[in-house]
Amino acid sequence: MQEQTLLQSKIEQGDFTRGGEVSSSLKDVLRKLGIKSETSRRVTIVTYELEMNIIIHSLGGEIEVLISSEQIKVVATDRGPGIPDVEKAFQPGFSTADDFVRGMGFGAGMGLNNIKHYSDQLTVETGQGKKSKFTAIICL
Amino acid sequence: MRLSEIVPLIELEPLVVIDEPNFQVETVCGCDLMSDVLAFSQEKTMLLTGLTNPHVVRTCEMTDIKFIIFVRGKRPPQDTLDLARERGINLYLSPLSMFECCGRLYQAGLGSETMRRID
Ligand SMILES: Nc1ncnc2c1ncn2[C@@H]1O[C@H](COP(=O)(O)OP(=O)(O)OP(=O)(O)O)[C@@H](O)[C@H]1O
Ligand SMILES: [Mg+2]
Repeated sequence: MQEQTLLQSKIEQGDFTRGGEVSSSLKDVLRKLGIKSETSRRVTIVTYELEMNIIIHSLGGEIEVLISSEQIKVVATDRGPGIPDVEKAFQPGFSTADDFVRGMGFGAGMGLNNIKHYSDQLTVETGQGKKSKFTAIICL
Repeated sequence: MRLSEIVPLIELEPLVVIDEPNFQVETVCGCDLMSDVLAFSQEKTMLLTGLTNPHVVRTCEMTDIKFIIFVRGKRPPQDTLDLARERGINLYLSPLSMFECCGRLYQAGLGSETMRRID
């Protein structure tokens, strides 16, 4: 099967009200496709973390989810400001989230570690003052 | 342990009930950090939390957690209730503290979930 887009959605900076809607509709799509619940759970957790990171830490961006016969690919891109030190950002507990965001239960500094844990393959393109692009692959 | 046994044990008030009260609960997760729930929750469990915003429901939706208990009598806002109804997640309210809830549940034989170790 050729790669097909399951979902493509714009995500606005600071849009907590709609935060999670992309991952939530993805979950419905995966259920309809009959994807195993354990796989679906991994894909939705990865997507949710990426979605919230765009809302919380970036200037806004987009998530696209693609499927082929072997894998599901989640691509999260944003318009910056980028991550200056990626290694540090991946450390469990590291977070630049402010008090408002922490008050909602985010900012544990677990998101990136979590994304890595649930993905079979993860690539990150970013840098200070750059756009960020995360590509996570989960095998079917 | 059945949910119907948990209700009197920690004085639960139902807010949104979707599943039957004879639902079996095996483990409990007490947490206010949503990413920690996403990171460490490994199995279908029940979440005890002091946070009441809609993201608590979202987080449970993503991790397949079907039961949320708000502790310390903190009533969730309407948008949290609406989202839970829409996404099929049960909500309950306990007037007790997080510590008291966890203590009573543990004493009654409920265990903590198996936690993954940080990679
Ligand atoms: N898309 C992004 N753009 C810019 N910075 C980011 C982006 N995603 C993550 N970061 C940076 O990496 C840090 C770690 O991200 P991570 O998702 O692990 O934790 P968090 O979002 O702060 O908290 P949590 O995910 O546990 O709620 C963030 O605090 C932020 O500084
Ligand atoms: Mg995050």
